[in-house]
Amino acid sequence: MPTQSDIQQAIQALSFNPYTVREDFPILSEIFQRGEKQVPLVYLDNAATTQKPRQVLDTILHYYHHENANVHRGIHTLAERATEKYENARKKVAEFIGAPSEKTIVFTRGTTEAINLVAGSWGRKFLKAGDVVLLSEMEHHSNIIPWQLLSQSIGIELRYIPVTEEGTLVLDQLPQLVDERVKLISVTHMSNVFGTINPVKEIVAFAHERDIPVLVDGAQSAPHMPVNVQELGCDFYAFSGHKMCGPTGIGALYATERWLEEMDPYHGGGEMIRSVWWDRATWNDIPHKFEAGTPNIAGAIAFGAAIDYLQRLGMDAIHQYEQALTRYALERLEDIPGFRIFGQAPERGGVISFYVGNIHPHDVAQFLDADGVAVRAGHHCAQPLMRKLGIPATARASFYFYNTPEEVDILVQSIRKLKEFFGDGF
Amino acid sequence: MAFDDLYQEIILDHYRNPHNFGEIQRSCTIVEEDNPTCGDQIKLSLWVDENKTIQDIKFSGQGCAISIASASIMTETVKGKTTNEAREIADTIITTMRGEGEPDVLDEYGDLIALKGVIQFPARVKCATLAWHALEEALQKAETGE
Ligand SMILES: Cc1ncc(COP(=O)(O)O)c(C=O)c1O
Repeated sequence: MPTQSDIQQAIQALSFNPYTVREDFPILSEIFQRGEKQVPLVYLDNAATTQKPRQVLDTILHYYHHENANVHRGIHTLAERATEKYENARKKVAEFIGAPSEKTIVFTRGTTEAINLVAGSWGRKFLKAGDVVLLSEMEHHSNIIPWQLLSQSIGIELRYIPVTEEGTLVLDQLPQLVDERVKLISVTHMSNVFGTINPVKEIVAFAHERDIPVLVDGAQSAPHMPVNVQELGCDFYAFSGHKMCGPTGIGALYATERWLEEMDPYHGGGEMIRSVWWDRATWNDIPHKFEAGTPNIAGAIAFGAAIDYLQRLGMDAIHQYEQALTRYALERLEDIPGFRIFGQAPERGGVISFYVGNIHPHDVAQFLDADGVAVRAGHHCAQPLMRKLGIPATARASFYFYNTPEEVDILVQSIRKLKEFFGDGF
Repeated sequence: MAFDDLYQEIILDHYRNPHNFGEIQRSCTIVEEDNPTCGDQIKLSLWVDENKTIQDIKFSGQGCAISIASASIMTETVKGKTTNEAREIADTIITTMRGEGEPDVLDEYGDLIALKGVIQFPARVKCATLAWHALEEALQKAETGE
Protein backbone atom coordinates (compact mmCIF):
# COMPACT_ATOMS: atom_id res chain seq x y z
CA MET A 1 0.00 0.00 0.00
CA PRO A 2 1.41 3.43 -0.86
CA THR A 3 2.03 5.15 2.47
CA GLN A 4 1.72 8.81 3.36
CA SER A 5 5.43 9.16 2.80
CA ASP A 6 5.20 7.56 -0.68
CA ILE A 7 2.56 10.01 -1.72
CA GLN A 8 4.39 12.91 -0.10
CA GLN A 9 7.37 11.91 -2.22
CA ALA A 10 5.21 11.90 -5.32
CA ILE A 11 4.06 15.40 -4.37
CA GLN A 12 7.66 16.59 -3.99
CA ALA A 13 8.33 15.54 -7.56
CA LEU A 14 5.42 17.59 -8.97
CA SER A 15 5.67 20.98 -10.60
CA PHE A 16 2.93 22.25 -8.25
CA ASN A 17 1.98 21.75 -4.65
CA PRO A 18 -1.57 20.52 -4.02
CA TYR A 19 -1.49 21.97 -0.50
CA THR A 20 -0.63 25.48 -1.59
CA VAL A 21 -2.91 25.54 -4.66
CA ARG A 22 -5.79 25.14 -2.21
CA GLU A 23 -5.19 28.72 -1.14
CA ASP A 24 -6.37 29.81 -4.59
CA PHE A 25 -9.81 28.28 -3.94
CA PRO A 26 -11.71 30.32 -1.35
CA ILE A 27 -14.49 27.74 -1.03
CA LEU A 28 -12.09 24.98 0.04
CA SER A 29 -11.70 26.68 3.44
CA GLU A 30 -15.43 26.40 4.08
CA ILE A 31 -16.23 25.07 7.56
CA PHE A 32 -19.59 23.49 8.45
CA GLN A 33 -21.19 23.55 11.86
CA ARG A 34 -22.30 20.08 12.93
CA GLY A 35 -23.93 20.39 16.34
CA GLU A 36 -21.14 21.47 18.66
CA LYS A 37 -18.47 20.42 16.21
CA GLN A 38 -16.99 22.22 13.25
CA VAL A 39 -15.94 20.18 10.25
CA PRO A 40 -13.98 21.36 7.23
CA LEU A 41 -15.34 20.79 3.75
CA VAL A 42 -13.80 17.80 1.99
CA TYR A 43 -14.97 18.31 -1.57
CA LEU A 44 -14.98 15.02 -3.47
CA ASP A 45 -17.67 15.72 -6.07
CA ASN A 46 -15.38 17.01 -8.78
CA ALA A 47 -16.80 14.84 -11.55
CA ALA A 48 -20.04 16.79 -11.12
CA THR A 49 -18.38 20.18 -11.03
CA THR A 50 -15.09 21.56 -9.77
CA GLN A 51 -14.41 24.57 -7.57
CA LYS A 52 -13.12 27.82 -9.03
CA PRO A 53 -9.85 29.53 -8.18
CA ARG A 54 -9.64 33.21 -7.33
CA GLN A 55 -7.91 33.84 -10.67
CA VAL A 56 -11.08 32.77 -12.51
CA LEU A 57 -13.43 34.59 -10.15
CA ASP A 58 -11.37 37.78 -10.45
CA THR A 59 -11.49 37.53 -14.23
CA ILE A 60 -15.28 37.55 -14.15
CA LEU A 61 -15.37 40.56 -11.85
CA HIS A 62 -12.74 42.37 -13.89
CA TYR A 63 -14.69 41.73 -17.05
CA TYR A 64 -17.84 43.30 -15.64
CA HIS A 65 -15.93 46.16 -14.05
CA HIS A 66 -13.81 47.10 -17.04
CA GLU A 67 -14.70 45.28 -20.25
CA ASN A 68 -18.38 44.50 -20.47
CA ALA A 69 -19.98 45.11 -23.87
CA ASN A 70 -21.58 43.00 -26.53
CA VAL A 71 -19.12 41.29 -28.84
CA HIS A 72 -18.55 41.69 -32.58
CA ARG A 73 -21.03 44.49 -33.06
CA GLY A 74 -19.52 47.65 -31.68
CA ILE A 75 -17.02 50.26 -32.68
CA HIS A 76 -16.51 51.63 -29.19
CA THR A 77 -13.60 50.80 -26.92
CA LEU A 78 -15.43 48.44 -24.60
CA ALA A 79 -16.89 46.48 -27.50
CA GLU A 80 -13.39 46.06 -28.84
CA ARG A 81 -12.05 44.97 -25.47
CA ALA A 82 -14.84 42.44 -24.95
CA THR A 83 -14.47 41.05 -28.47
CA GLU A 84 -10.74 40.74 -28.19
CA LYS A 85 -10.95 38.96 -24.84
CA TYR A 86 -13.69 36.65 -26.07
CA GLU A 87 -11.81 35.68 -29.21
CA ASN A 88 -8.62 35.34 -27.25
CA ALA A 89 -10.38 32.82 -24.98
CA ARG A 90 -11.26 30.83 -28.07
CA LYS A 91 -7.56 30.71 -28.97
CA LYS A 92 -6.75 29.44 -25.49
CA VAL A 93 -9.35 26.68 -25.79
CA ALA A 94 -8.01 25.68 -29.20
CA GLU A 95 -4.47 25.58 -27.95
CA PHE A 96 -5.46 23.66 -24.80
CA ILE A 97 -6.79 20.70 -26.78
CA GLY A 98 -4.29 20.93 -29.62
CA ALA A 99 -6.85 22.06 -32.19
CA PRO A 100 -5.33 23.26 -35.48
CA SER A 101 -7.08 26.62 -35.40
CA GLU A 102 -9.49 28.66 -33.28
CA LYS A 103 -11.94 28.44 -36.18
CA THR A 104 -12.60 24.86 -35.08
CA ILE A 105 -13.83 25.89 -31.62
CA VAL A 106 -17.51 26.68 -31.07
CA PHE A 107 -18.47 28.01 -27.66
CA THR A 108 -21.45 26.19 -26.18
CA ARG A 109 -23.13 26.00 -22.79
CA GLY A 110 -21.19 22.83 -22.09
CA THR A 111 -20.75 19.23 -23.19
CA THR A 112 -24.47 18.62 -23.38
CA GLU A 113 -25.11 21.47 -25.76
CA ALA A 114 -22.05 20.56 -27.82
CA ILE A 115 -23.36 17.02 -28.38
CA ASN A 116 -26.85 18.31 -29.13
CA LEU A 117 -25.28 20.66 -31.66
CA VAL A 118 -23.61 17.77 -33.45
CA ALA A 119 -26.81 15.71 -33.37
CA GLY A 120 -28.82 18.67 -34.65
CA SER A 121 -26.49 20.19 -37.22
CA TRP A 122 -24.40 17.26 -38.36
CA GLY A 123 -26.88 14.46 -37.70
CA ARG A 124 -29.81 16.08 -39.42
CA LYS A 125 -27.73 16.82 -42.46
CA PHE A 126 -25.73 13.64 -42.84
CA LEU A 127 -27.90 10.89 -41.30
CA LYS A 128 -31.07 9.32 -42.64
CA ALA A 129 -33.55 6.64 -41.57
CA GLY A 130 -31.84 3.30 -41.04
CA ASP A 131 -28.42 4.76 -40.34
CA VAL A 132 -26.83 3.68 -37.09
CA VAL A 133 -25.08 5.74 -34.41
CA LEU A 134 -22.84 3.57 -32.26
CA LEU A 135 -22.57 4.61 -28.61
CA SER A 136 -21.26 2.75 -25.59
CA GLU A 137 -23.06 1.45 -22.52
CA MET A 138 -21.05 3.78 -20.29
CA GLU A 139 -22.30 7.01 -21.85
CA HIS A 140 -23.70 9.89 -19.84
CA HIS A 141 -27.34 10.67 -20.67
CA SER A 142 -26.03 13.67 -22.60
CA ASN A 143 -24.50 11.30 -25.13
CA ILE A 144 -27.61 9.11 -25.34
CA ILE A 145 -30.67 11.33 -25.35
CA PRO A 146 -29.68 13.68 -28.21
CA TRP A 147 -29.37 10.57 -30.40
CA GLN A 148 -32.66 9.14 -29.14
CA LEU A 149 -34.33 12.42 -30.06
CA LEU A 150 -32.78 12.23 -33.50
CA SER A 151 -33.90 8.64 -33.76
CA GLN A 152 -37.49 9.70 -33.02
CA SER A 153 -37.45 12.46 -35.59
CA ILE A 154 -35.52 10.94 -38.49
CA GLY A 155 -35.47 7.23 -37.73
CA ILE A 156 -31.80 6.51 -37.07
CA GLU A 157 -30.97 3.49 -34.91
CA LEU A 158 -28.73 3.25 -31.87
CA ARG A 159 -26.30 0.50 -30.99
CA TYR A 160 -24.13 0.20 -27.92
CA ILE A 161 -20.62 -1.11 -27.35
CA PRO A 162 -21.07 -3.33 -24.27
CA VAL A 163 -19.13 -2.83 -21.04
CA THR A 164 -17.55 -5.56 -18.97
CA GLU A 165 -18.07 -6.09 -15.27
CA GLU A 166 -14.84 -4.26 -14.54
CA GLY A 167 -16.02 -1.25 -16.52
CA THR A 168 -14.10 -1.50 -19.77
CA LEU A 169 -15.47 -1.43 -23.31
CA VAL A 170 -15.71 -4.75 -25.13
CA LEU A 171 -13.82 -3.52 -28.16
CA ASP A 172 -13.41 -7.05 -29.53
CA GLN A 173 -17.01 -6.70 -30.59
CA LEU A 174 -16.40 -3.65 -32.76
CA PRO A 175 -16.05 -5.68 -35.98
CA GLN A 176 -19.47 -7.28 -35.39
CA LEU A 177 -21.09 -4.03 -34.24
CA VAL A 178 -19.79 -1.91 -37.08
CA ASP A 179 -21.31 -2.59 -40.48
CA GLU A 180 -21.90 -0.26 -43.39
CA ARG A 181 -24.99 1.22 -41.67
CA VAL A 182 -22.91 2.71 -38.86
CA LYS A 183 -22.41 6.39 -39.71
CA LEU A 184 -21.07 7.80 -36.45
CA ILE A 185 -19.35 6.50 -33.33
CA SER A 186 -19.84 8.63 -30.23
CA VAL A 187 -18.05 7.59 -27.04
CA THR A 188 -16.82 9.03 -23.82
CA HIS A 189 -13.10 9.55 -23.27
CA MET A 190 -13.41 8.92 -19.55
CA SER A 191 -16.38 7.39 -17.75
CA ASN A 192 -18.01 9.51 -15.06
CA VAL A 193 -19.17 6.29 -13.34
CA PHE A 194 -16.22 3.88 -13.57
CA GLY A 195 -13.40 6.34 -14.09
CA THR A 196 -12.30 4.22 -17.06
CA ILE A 197 -10.15 5.99 -19.62
CA ASN A 198 -11.14 4.56 -22.99
CA PRO A 199 -8.66 3.93 -25.82
CA VAL A 200 -10.22 6.60 -27.97
CA LYS A 201 -7.29 6.82 -30.35
CA GLU A 202 -7.69 3.16 -31.30
CA ILE A 203 -11.44 3.55 -31.70
CA VAL A 204 -10.87 6.51 -34.02
CA ALA A 205 -8.32 4.55 -36.06
CA PHE A 206 -10.76 1.65 -36.42
CA ALA A 207 -13.59 4.00 -37.40
CA HIS A 208 -11.58 6.08 -39.86
CA GLU A 209 -10.47 2.97 -41.75
CA ARG A 210 -14.16 2.65 -42.51
CA ASP A 211 -14.73 6.39 -43.07
CA ILE A 212 -16.86 6.67 -39.94
CA PRO A 213 -16.52 9.95 -38.02
CA VAL A 214 -16.05 9.88 -34.25
CA LEU A 215 -17.35 12.17 -31.52
CA VAL A 216 -15.50 12.10 -28.21
CA ASP A 217 -17.23 13.21 -25.01
CA GLY A 218 -14.34 14.90 -23.24
CA ALA A 219 -16.29 16.17 -20.19
CA GLN A 220 -14.19 14.05 -17.85
CA SER A 221 -10.94 13.91 -19.79
CA ALA A 222 -10.14 17.53 -20.70
CA PRO A 223 -10.05 18.58 -17.01
CA HIS A 224 -7.73 15.80 -15.89
CA MET A 225 -5.19 14.90 -18.56
CA PRO A 226 -3.37 16.37 -21.53
CA VAL A 227 -5.61 16.10 -24.58
CA ASN A 228 -4.66 16.63 -28.20
CA VAL A 229 -7.57 16.28 -30.59
CA GLN A 230 -5.29 16.01 -33.61
CA GLU A 231 -3.42 13.13 -32.02
CA LEU A 232 -6.69 11.45 -31.08
CA GLY A 233 -7.84 12.11 -34.62
CA CYS A 234 -11.47 12.56 -33.60
CA ASP A 235 -13.91 14.56 -35.70
CA PHE A 236 -15.70 16.11 -32.72
CA TYR A 237 -14.67 16.71 -29.12
CA ALA A 238 -17.04 18.15 -26.51
CA PHE A 239 -16.21 19.47 -23.04
CA SER A 240 -17.41 21.71 -20.21
CA GLY A 241 -15.70 24.65 -18.52
CA HIS A 242 -17.26 24.07 -15.11
CA LYS A 243 -15.57 20.69 -14.69
CA MET A 244 -12.16 22.32 -15.11
CA CYS A 245 -12.17 25.35 -12.81
CA GLY A 246 -14.27 27.49 -15.12
CA PRO A 247 -17.77 28.84 -14.53
CA THR A 248 -20.99 27.00 -15.37
CA GLY A 249 -22.76 27.69 -18.62
CA ILE A 250 -19.70 27.63 -20.86
CA GLY A 251 -18.04 24.82 -22.77
CA ALA A 252 -16.80 24.06 -26.21
CA LEU A 253 -17.22 21.90 -29.23
CA TYR A 254 -14.21 21.14 -31.36
CA ALA A 255 -15.03 19.95 -34.86
CA THR A 256 -12.83 19.63 -37.91
CA GLU A 257 -12.96 22.57 -40.26
CA ARG A 258 -14.39 20.39 -42.98
CA TRP A 259 -17.39 19.35 -40.89
CA LEU A 260 -18.04 22.84 -39.58
CA GLU A 261 -18.08 24.17 -43.13
CA GLU A 262 -20.47 21.46 -44.28
CA MET A 263 -22.81 21.40 -41.29
CA ASP A 264 -25.95 23.54 -41.17
CA PRO A 265 -26.33 26.14 -38.42
CA TYR A 266 -27.71 25.01 -35.07
CA HIS A 267 -29.67 27.99 -33.76
CA GLY A 268 -30.74 30.94 -35.84
CA GLY A 269 -30.43 34.57 -34.81
CA GLY A 270 -27.97 37.40 -34.62
CA GLU A 271 -24.26 36.91 -35.09
CA MET A 272 -24.53 33.65 -37.05
CA ILE A 273 -25.57 35.37 -40.30
CA ARG A 274 -23.81 37.33 -43.03
CA SER A 275 -26.72 38.83 -44.98
CA VAL A 276 -30.43 38.57 -44.29
CA TRP A 277 -33.39 39.14 -46.61
CA TRP A 278 -37.08 38.75 -45.77
CA ASP A 279 -37.10 35.20 -47.00
CA ARG A 280 -33.54 33.93 -46.68
CA ALA A 281 -30.08 34.49 -45.26
CA THR A 282 -26.48 33.52 -45.72
CA TRP A 283 -24.30 32.28 -42.92
CA ASN A 284 -21.38 33.82 -41.12
CA ASP A 285 -17.96 32.18 -41.24
CA ILE A 286 -17.17 29.29 -38.93
CA PRO A 287 -17.24 29.10 -35.98
CA HIS A 288 -19.60 32.11 -35.70
CA LYS A 289 -22.14 30.33 -37.87
CA PHE A 290 -22.86 28.18 -34.81
CA GLU A 291 -23.01 30.94 -32.21
CA ALA A 292 -26.40 32.61 -32.56
CA GLY A 293 -27.26 35.39 -30.16
CA THR A 294 -25.20 37.07 -27.48
CA PRO A 295 -22.90 34.39 -26.11
CA ASN A 296 -21.76 33.84 -22.53
CA ILE A 297 -18.96 36.38 -22.92
CA ALA A 298 -17.87 36.57 -19.30
CA GLY A 299 -18.08 32.78 -19.10
CA ALA A 300 -15.88 32.28 -22.15
CA ILE A 301 -13.27 34.73 -20.90
CA ALA A 302 -13.28 33.06 -17.48
CA PHE A 303 -13.01 29.67 -19.20
CA GLY A 304 -9.87 31.05 -20.80
CA ALA A 305 -8.61 32.09 -17.36
CA ALA A 306 -9.30 28.58 -16.05
CA ILE A 307 -7.24 27.17 -18.90
CA ASP A 308 -4.40 29.57 -18.08
CA TYR A 309 -4.59 28.38 -14.50
CA LEU A 310 -4.46 24.69 -15.44
CA GLN A 311 -1.66 25.26 -17.95
CA ARG A 312 0.36 26.96 -15.27
CA LEU A 313 0.10 23.85 -13.06
CA GLY A 314 0.65 21.63 -16.09
CA MET A 315 -1.81 19.01 -17.32
CA ASP A 316 0.86 16.32 -17.11
CA ALA A 317 1.48 17.09 -13.47
CA ILE A 318 -2.24 17.24 -12.72
CA HIS A 319 -2.72 13.85 -14.30
CA GLN A 320 0.26 12.36 -12.51
CA TYR A 321 -0.83 13.62 -9.12
CA GLU A 322 -4.43 12.45 -9.55
CA GLN A 323 -3.15 9.03 -10.56
CA ALA A 324 -1.08 8.81 -7.38
CA LEU A 325 -3.92 10.10 -5.22
CA THR A 326 -6.39 7.66 -6.78
CA ARG A 327 -4.08 4.72 -6.13
CA TYR A 328 -3.64 5.92 -2.56
CA ALA A 329 -7.42 6.10 -2.15
CA LEU A 330 -8.22 2.81 -3.88
CA GLU A 331 -5.88 0.78 -1.72
CA ARG A 332 -7.25 2.25 1.50
CA LEU A 333 -10.86 1.90 0.42
CA GLU A 334 -10.46 -1.67 -0.81
CA ASP A 335 -9.19 -2.50 2.64
CA ILE A 336 -12.60 -1.76 4.18
CA PRO A 337 -14.64 -4.95 4.59
CA GLY A 338 -17.71 -4.95 2.35
CA PHE A 339 -16.39 -2.11 0.16
CA ARG A 340 -17.30 -2.72 -3.50
CA ILE A 341 -15.90 -0.62 -6.32
CA PHE A 342 -17.64 -0.31 -9.67
CA GLY A 343 -14.90 0.17 -12.20
CA GLN A 344 -11.61 -1.69 -12.05
CA ALA A 345 -10.17 -0.72 -15.39
CA PRO A 346 -6.38 -0.66 -15.55
CA GLU A 347 -6.47 2.76 -17.23
CA ARG A 348 -8.49 4.99 -14.96
CA GLY A 349 -8.89 8.46 -13.57
CA GLY A 350 -9.89 9.75 -10.16
CA VAL A 351 -13.54 8.70 -10.12
CA ILE A 352 -14.49 5.99 -7.64
CA SER A 353 -18.05 4.61 -7.64
CA PHE A 354 -18.79 2.38 -4.71
CA TYR A 355 -21.15 0.53 -2.44
CA VAL A 356 -20.55 -0.21 1.23
CA GLY A 357 -22.16 -3.50 2.27
CA ASN A 358 -25.76 -3.07 1.25
CA ILE A 359 -26.07 0.42 2.60
CA HIS A 360 -28.01 2.60 0.21
CA PRO A 361 -25.86 5.30 -1.46
CA HIS A 362 -28.16 8.03 -0.12
CA ASP A 363 -27.45 6.96 3.41
CA VAL A 364 -23.75 6.81 2.60
CA ALA A 365 -23.69 10.31 1.16
CA GLN A 366 -25.75 11.70 4.04
CA PHE A 367 -23.47 10.13 6.61
CA LEU A 368 -20.32 11.40 4.90
CA ASP A 369 -21.88 14.85 4.64
CA ALA A 370 -22.19 14.93 8.42
CA ASP A 371 -18.38 14.69 8.44
CA GLY A 372 -18.11 17.45 5.85
CA VAL A 373 -17.31 15.03 3.03
CA ALA A 374 -19.13 15.86 -0.21
CA VAL A 375 -19.69 12.81 -2.45
CA ARG A 376 -22.46 12.19 -4.95
CA ALA A 377 -25.11 9.49 -4.65
CA GLY A 378 -27.31 8.56 -7.54
CA HIS A 379 -27.33 7.14 -11.03
CA HIS A 380 -24.79 9.72 -12.29
CA CYS A 381 -26.89 10.30 -15.40
CA ALA A 382 -26.33 6.72 -16.50
CA GLN A 383 -29.62 5.00 -15.71
CA PRO A 384 -29.37 2.24 -18.34
CA LEU A 385 -25.89 1.39 -17.04
CA MET A 386 -27.11 1.21 -13.43
CA ARG A 387 -29.89 -1.11 -14.57
CA LYS A 388 -27.33 -3.32 -16.29
CA LEU A 389 -25.17 -3.40 -13.17
CA GLY A 390 -28.26 -4.36 -11.16
CA ILE A 391 -27.90 -1.55 -8.66
CA PRO A 392 -30.18 1.42 -8.05
CA ALA A 393 -27.36 3.92 -7.66
CA THR A 394 -23.82 4.26 -6.38
CA ALA A 395 -21.97 6.64 -4.15
CA ARG A 396 -19.13 8.35 -5.99
CA ALA A 397 -16.01 10.12 -4.80
CA SER A 398 -14.12 12.06 -7.46
CA PHE A 399 -10.88 13.95 -7.10
CA TYR A 400 -9.18 17.01 -8.48
CA PHE A 401 -5.64 18.27 -8.13
CA TYR A 402 -6.49 20.25 -4.97
CA ASN A 403 -7.54 17.18 -3.01
CA THR A 404 -5.02 15.85 -0.53
CA PRO A 405 -4.11 12.46 0.95
CA GLU A 406 -5.40 13.77 4.29
CA GLU A 407 -8.80 14.31 2.71
CA VAL A 408 -8.74 10.74 1.44
CA ASP A 409 -7.98 9.65 5.01
CA ILE A 410 -11.04 11.56 6.27
CA LEU A 411 -13.17 9.83 3.62
CA VAL A 412 -11.85 6.42 4.62
CA GLN A 413 -12.39 7.08 8.32
CA SER A 414 -15.90 8.30 7.72
CA ILE A 415 -16.77 5.19 5.70
CA ARG A 416 -15.44 2.98 8.47
CA LYS A 417 -17.65 4.80 10.98
CA LEU A 418 -20.58 4.53 8.60
CA LYS A 419 -20.29 0.75 8.68
CA GLU A 420 -20.56 0.81 12.44
CA PHE A 421 -23.62 3.01 12.26
CA PHE A 422 -25.66 1.20 9.61
CA GLY A 423 -24.22 -2.30 9.93
CA ASP A 424 -24.23 -3.99 6.55
CA GLY A 425 -27.38 -2.29 5.42
CA PHE A 426 -30.71 -3.69 4.49
CA MET B 1 -29.06 20.55 9.95
CA ALA B 2 -28.16 17.72 12.20
CA PHE B 3 -27.57 14.22 10.97
CA ASP B 4 -29.07 12.80 14.18
CA ASP B 5 -32.37 14.58 13.54
CA LEU B 6 -32.64 12.65 10.32
CA TYR B 7 -31.45 9.25 11.47
CA GLN B 8 -33.32 9.03 14.75
CA GLU B 9 -33.35 5.81 16.68
CA ILE B 10 -36.96 5.12 15.64
CA ILE B 11 -35.93 5.38 11.98
CA LEU B 12 -32.98 3.07 12.45
CA ASP B 13 -35.11 0.53 14.31
CA HIS B 14 -37.66 0.41 11.52
CA TYR B 15 -34.87 0.26 8.95
CA ARG B 16 -33.12 -2.66 10.63
CA ASN B 17 -36.36 -4.51 11.36
CA PRO B 18 -39.02 -3.27 9.00
CA HIS B 19 -42.59 -4.11 10.03
CA ASN B 20 -45.04 -5.66 7.59
CA PHE B 21 -42.29 -6.51 5.16
CA GLY B 22 -43.33 -8.98 2.47
CA GLU B 23 -46.46 -9.64 0.46
CA ILE B 24 -50.02 -10.46 1.46
CA GLN B 25 -50.80 -14.04 0.49
CA ARG B 26 -54.34 -13.55 -0.75
CA SER B 27 -56.01 -11.59 -3.48
CA CYS B 28 -55.49 -7.92 -2.85
CA THR B 29 -54.46 -4.66 -4.47
CA ILE B 30 -50.84 -4.41 -5.59
CA VAL B 31 -49.04 -1.28 -6.68
CA GLU B 32 -45.45 -0.53 -7.47
CA GLU B 33 -43.85 2.91 -7.18
CA ASP B 34 -40.33 3.94 -7.87
CA ASN B 35 -38.19 6.97 -7.65
CA PRO B 36 -35.93 6.84 -10.68
CA THR B 37 -33.59 9.56 -9.46
CA CYS B 38 -32.39 7.41 -6.58
CA GLY B 39 -33.54 3.99 -7.73
CA ASP B 40 -35.79 3.39 -4.74
CA GLN B 41 -38.59 0.91 -5.37
CA ILE B 42 -41.57 -0.14 -3.35
CA LYS B 43 -44.18 -2.80 -3.92
CA LEU B 44 -47.25 -2.44 -1.77
CA SER B 45 -49.98 -5.01 -1.21
CA LEU B 46 -53.18 -3.80 0.37
CA TRP B 47 -56.21 -5.73 1.58
CA VAL B 48 -59.32 -3.62 2.14
CA ASP B 49 -62.42 -5.42 3.43
CA GLU B 50 -66.05 -4.74 2.51
CA ASN B 51 -66.31 -2.13 5.31
CA LYS B 52 -63.50 -0.17 3.71
CA THR B 53 -61.17 -1.06 6.52
CA ILE B 54 -57.51 -1.86 5.87
CA GLN B 55 -57.26 -5.43 7.08
CA ASP B 56 -53.68 -5.90 6.04
CA ILE B 57 -50.89 -4.03 4.28
CA LYS B 58 -47.37 -5.13 3.44
CA PHE B 59 -44.47 -3.71 1.50
CA SER B 60 -41.32 -4.94 -0.14
CA GLY B 61 -38.61 -3.28 -2.21
CA GLN B 62 -35.35 -1.53 -1.83
CA GLY B 63 -34.33 1.87 -0.71
CA CYS B 64 -32.42 3.98 1.73
CA ALA B 65 -32.96 3.93 5.48
CA ILE B 66 -35.41 6.82 5.28
CA SER B 67 -37.59 5.25 2.61
CA ILE B 68 -37.62 1.80 4.23
CA ALA B 69 -38.38 3.23 7.67
CA SER B 70 -41.08 5.48 6.27
CA ALA B 71 -42.73 2.51 4.53
CA SER B 72 -42.56 0.44 7.71
CA ILE B 73 -44.10 3.23 9.80
CA MET B 74 -46.71 3.87 7.11
CA THR B 75 -47.96 0.27 7.21
CA GLU B 76 -48.07 0.36 11.03
CA THR B 77 -49.99 3.62 10.99
CA VAL B 78 -52.73 2.77 8.54
CA LYS B 79 -53.38 -0.87 9.35
CA GLY B 80 -56.88 -1.11 10.86
CA LYS B 81 -57.85 2.35 9.65
CA THR B 82 -60.59 3.00 7.12
CA THR B 83 -59.57 3.98 3.62
CA ASN B 84 -60.80 7.53 4.23
CA GLU B 85 -58.75 7.84 7.40
CA ALA B 86 -55.70 6.44 5.62
CA ARG B 87 -56.11 8.85 2.75
CA GLU B 88 -56.33 11.76 5.15
CA ILE B 89 -53.16 10.71 6.94
CA ALA B 90 -51.29 10.23 3.65
CA ASP B 91 -52.35 13.68 2.56
CA THR B 92 -51.22 15.22 5.84
CA ILE B 93 -47.84 13.48 5.72
CA ILE B 94 -47.14 14.42 2.13
CA THR B 95 -48.02 18.08 2.60
CA THR B 96 -46.08 18.27 5.83
CA MET B 97 -43.02 16.66 4.25
CA ARG B 98 -43.15 19.25 1.49
CA GLY B 99 -42.89 21.86 4.19
CA GLU B 100 -46.40 23.13 3.54
CA GLY B 101 -47.97 22.11 6.84
CA GLU B 102 -47.20 22.47 10.51
CA PRO B 103 -44.58 19.81 11.38
CA ASP B 104 -46.05 19.32 14.84
CA VAL B 105 -49.07 17.51 13.42
CA LEU B 106 -46.75 14.52 13.10
CA ASP B 107 -46.62 14.30 16.89
CA GLU B 108 -50.10 12.78 16.86
CA TYR B 109 -49.16 9.77 14.78
CA GLY B 110 -46.86 7.63 16.91
CA ASP B 111 -43.60 6.76 15.23
CA LEU B 112 -44.31 9.20 12.42
CA ILE B 113 -42.89 11.84 14.69
CA ALA B 114 -39.48 10.52 13.68
CA LEU B 115 -40.01 11.71 10.11
CA LYS B 116 -40.12 15.31 11.27
CA GLY B 117 -36.36 15.57 10.88
CA VAL B 118 -36.62 14.87 7.16
CA ILE B 119 -38.26 18.23 6.54
CA GLN B 120 -34.89 19.92 7.09
CA PHE B 121 -33.37 17.81 4.30
CA PRO B 122 -35.20 18.72 1.09
CA ALA B 123 -33.17 16.21 -0.90
CA ARG B 124 -34.55 13.38 1.24
CA VAL B 125 -38.24 14.31 1.23
CA LYS B 126 -38.84 12.13 -1.80
CA CYS B 127 -37.40 9.15 0.06
CA ALA B 128 -39.81 9.70 2.94
CA THR B 129 -42.89 10.20 0.78
CA LEU B 130 -42.43 7.31 -1.67
CA ALA B 131 -44.38 4.83 0.47
CA TRP B 132 -47.14 7.37 1.05
CA HIS B 133 -47.55 8.02 -2.64
CA ALA B 134 -47.72 4.27 -3.14
CA LEU B 135 -50.42 4.12 -0.47
CA GLU B 136 -52.45 6.83 -2.18
CA GLU B 137 -52.22 4.95 -5.42
CA ALA B 138 -53.17 1.64 -3.82
CA LEU B 139 -56.20 3.19 -2.10
CA GLN B 140 -57.31 4.68 -5.38
CA LYS B 141 -56.87 1.37 -7.12
CA ALA B 142 -58.69 -0.57 -4.38
CA GLU B 143 -61.59 1.87 -4.55
CA THR B 144 -62.03 1.90 -8.31
CA GLY B 145 -61.41 -1.83 -8.39
CA GLU B 146 -59.18 -1.65 -11.46
C1 LIG C 1 -19.00 11.99 -19.19
C2 LIG C 1 -19.88 13.19 -19.14
N1 LIG C 1 -20.46 13.63 -20.27
C3 LIG C 1 -21.26 14.70 -20.28
C4 LIG C 1 -21.52 15.42 -19.13
C5 LIG C 1 -22.45 16.59 -19.22
O1 LIG C 1 -21.78 17.77 -19.00
P1 LIG C 1 -22.56 19.16 -18.85
O2 LIG C 1 -23.64 18.91 -17.83
O3 LIG C 1 -21.51 20.09 -18.37
O4 LIG C 1 -23.10 19.52 -20.17
C6 LIG C 1 -20.93 15.01 -17.95
C7 LIG C 1 -21.17 15.75 -16.70
O5 LIG C 1 -22.03 15.54 -15.91
C8 LIG C 1 -20.10 13.86 -17.95
O6 LIG C 1 -19.54 13.43 -16.82
